[in-house]
Amino acid sequence: MALKIGQDHARFRHIVRGRIRQNLRKFISKGELIGRKGKDLVSIPVPQIDIPRFKFSDQQSGGVAQGDGDVGDPLGQGQEGPGKGKAGQGEGDHMLEVEVTIDELAEILGEELELPAIQPKGESHINQKAHKFTGIRRVGPESLRHFKRTYREALKRQIISGTFDAARPVIVPTPHDKRFRSWNVTSEPVANAVIIYMMDVSGSMGDEQKDLVRIESFWLDAWLTRQYKGLESRFIIHDSVAREVDRDTFFKTRESGGTMISSAYKLCKSIIEADYPPSEWNIYPFHFSDGDNWSMDDTLQCVELMKQFLIPWSNMFAYGQVESPYGSGQFIKDLGEHFKGHDKVVMSEIPNKDAIVQSIKDFLGKGR
Amino acid sequence: MTQFALKTRLPGYLRTEQERIEKAARDYGLDFFPTVFEMASYDQMNELASFSGFPTRYPHWRFGMEYERLSKSSEYGLSRIYEMVINNNPSYAYLLEGNSLTDQRLVMGHVLGHVDFFKNNFAFRATDEEKEGQVIDAAPKGAGYSPTRRWVDRFANHGSRVSRHIARFGMDKVEGFIDHCLSLENLIDPWGPFRGRMALDPNGGLGGKDKEQQPVEVPRLAAKDYMDKFINPESYLEAQKKKLDEERTKKKGFPAEAERDVMRFMLAHAPLETWERDVLSVIRTEAYYFVPQMQTKIMNEGWASYWHSRLMTEKILTAAEIVDYADRNAGVLATQPGQLNPYKLGVELYRHVEQRWNKGQFGREWESCERLDDQRNWDMQLGLGREKVFQVRALYNDVTFIDEFLTPDFVASQKLYTFGYSGKSGSFEIESRQFKAIKEKLLFQLTNFGNPIISVVDANFQNRGELLLKHEHHGVDLQKDYASAALEALVRCWKRPCAVATRADKKPVLLRYDGSEHSEQPYKI
Repeated sequence: MALKIGQDHARFRHIVRGRIRQNLRKFISKGELIGRKGKDLVSIPVPQIDIPRFKFSDQQSGGVAQGDGDVGDPLGQGQEGPGKGKAGQGEGDHMLEVEVTIDELAEILGEELELPAIQPKGESHINQKAHKFTGIRRVGPESLRHFKRTYREALKRQIISGTFDAARPVIVPTPHDKRFRSWNVTSEPVANAVIIYMMDVSGSMGDEQKDLVRIESFWLDAWLTRQYKGLESRFIIHDSVAREVDRDTFFKTRESGGTMISSAYKLCKSIIEADYPPSEWNIYPFHFSDGDNWSMDDTLQCVELMKQFLIPWSNMFAYGQVESPYGSGQFIKDLGEHFKGHDKVVMSEIPNKDAIVQSIKDFLGKGR
Repeated sequence: MTQFALKTRLPGYLRTEQERIEKAARDYGLDFFPTVFEMASYDQMNELASFSGFPTRYPHWRFGMEYERLSKSSEYGLSRIYEMVINNNPSYAYLLEGNSLTDQRLVMGHVLGHVDFFKNNFAFRATDEEKEGQVIDAAPKGAGYSPTRRWVDRFANHGSRVSRHIARFGMDKVEGFIDHCLSLENLIDPWGPFRGRMALDPNGGLGGKDKEQQPVEVPRLAAKDYMDKFINPESYLEAQKKKLDEERTKKKGFPAEAERDVMRFMLAHAPLETWERDVLSVIRTEAYYFVPQMQTKIMNEGWASYWHSRLMTEKILTAAEIVDYADRNAGVLATQPGQLNPYKLGVELYRHVEQRWNKGQFGREWESCERLDDQRNWDMQLGLGREKVFQVRALYNDVTFIDEFLTPDFVASQKLYTFGYSGKSGSFEIESRQFKAIKEKLLFQLTNFGNPIISVVDANFQNRGELLLKHEHHGVDLQKDYASAALEALVRCWKRPCAVATRADKKPVLLRYDGSEHSEQPYKI
């Protein structure tokens, strides 16, 4: 029996989605989600939706129960609280965990932040082959026999050959009439994309700064994954030298030392050259730093690298500057001087967690 | 058989069980409607439970929410629904597929207890459809009593009525209105059916307006004919008449008397569109259907538990099954700190009553016995217990049941206590084990099912067509944010500002919503 609850359930999910949308900013800046991330589902706690009625207020509540204990004994925790959830909270605060796919979450993110869908780069299409079970063949296993088609073929043959008797319409298929379900190969154009994350891990980048980067890149990842199937990510960390690492190391390493941003840009350039021909790939370099570069010379070298290689190759070059107590924050100003009004370069300052939402909007709001 | 039932047949071996258990129950004197058991898988069970047992209801997201909660908690193994039964004639009950035979027997016994209760308890008379709108007679009925209770069909009809409105006016619009109606769901008069105050006047009024049309009659002092002119002089009569007239116009508020059935009031007088009126009447009818079950939660579960335990242990189970049964039964009757288990309290109180009446521990002589020892060991070997519990199940509801039969001895032996939130320790703790405190708190919780008592007192408040409601404050304030939202729902129906007079922090206040803003001001009716 099909369940009739489906419609109501879908309706409820819809309402929950609205709730998630309302609270999205909170979820984003909390950064909890990333820790809770399962395979591709995240659980989001939503308050059980109460229908408001006239009711008694909580603080004067209580009740009657039975069991052992002296007057003044606290009621044991661990069991379901006295119908109230945590003491001091409203009765409506039973938490309900709703599972949402990251894909759906990204969609909600897009709707809420009004992010435009990204237009993949012009002709850089790669054909991907996909199998769809829509075909019909004359040969195949019995288990895939298409009854209707087989019947039709047999009927056709019998009518043509004159063996069809309308008074006694018995259809006997021969092996030649048999039709089987089969697959068709379709090729779908796929736009490929790669994100190259670069992060400054010099001594001035503390845990707090890295947390900002971590949360922001989770959401960037979520959004871009939704836009491009088969999105690739590469990670570069740098202090005075740059090296490529895996995702885990990227967020966990704490190095010390000076900062040579150009080292990261050079490595980024060589990665692109090696693996991602710009004519076929949508390339997104994201660089996060506290804006404290070693020398002006190095900064100029960075600008040169960007002008010559990185910017022409990329869909967008994003630079996010987190605030650190040690950093001078000079780099963003220097970039500003050189690339003011350049539509492929996006710069954003992220002083604290609340600014993440705005920064995501800065980065993705252009739809490149 | 009902058209909208699931029609999932019971396997043969359970049908034999059903016959056997029904026979044993009849031998004990239980008197139930024909009962149809259906087998449901766990997800069907969750779905049914989300719909409060009905296979088909109107579309609404809250059933989906309930389903999400139930299916989650059954997936994680937190809870399982064993049994569900609908007050319908014939009654429908669901058995969970895959339960052990012992469990199925236990559930069947339990269900028959419920169905007997549905049929015989006076409160459920209010769900007899042929008596709808009339004054319901609460007196016990004879054996041949078989009222029309086709609520499964009726709920399904409600579903199609609401679906039709949705098809016409759109999901968002209708669902939004249902949300508002549900906010008013607890503003009903639980005793309305017994006073014949269910029907709506065909003219859209509430009836009982005739009195106002009649001219005022001045009471005359009794006098002999020839003295009348002197004792009741014309001028005096005129003056009196004028005075009474004035008084009446002054008093003539509307409604003439406070109306607790706010939904009925809205149906009769609010400027609702036809579909809104229909939706509201669906919500109201369903709200009234569930009233008896809320009024008799302890009694009903207690009665069913009393009978499943007697049937199982005395008649049905084999020795090999007793341990399994006892395990399950203990789970049903388990108590937890800070939660009252209606099954446990109910069954113990029935047993207590049975024992007292068996021993003759009632009446003035026993009550006035001053030696505690004698009173406790009082045994006149009357054996009236069985008769008494059957009588109790027919004539009481939770409030009267507790009020009449809760004794200090029972409270002590059942270890009842009251608890409350302590600001000092920041947790809930045991407040008292005093009989008086416990009984008071219990009765307070049960009165009006723990809902505040609120009625419409003036539909032309401040002579501006605003609606004034009054909350009868008995020591506990209303929760303000919820009250504000409920006022919004009232305004949605009434289309004019609405206000509720209540008390907050020991001061009388008026909470008002004018359609755009909430306000709160001191106010005394």
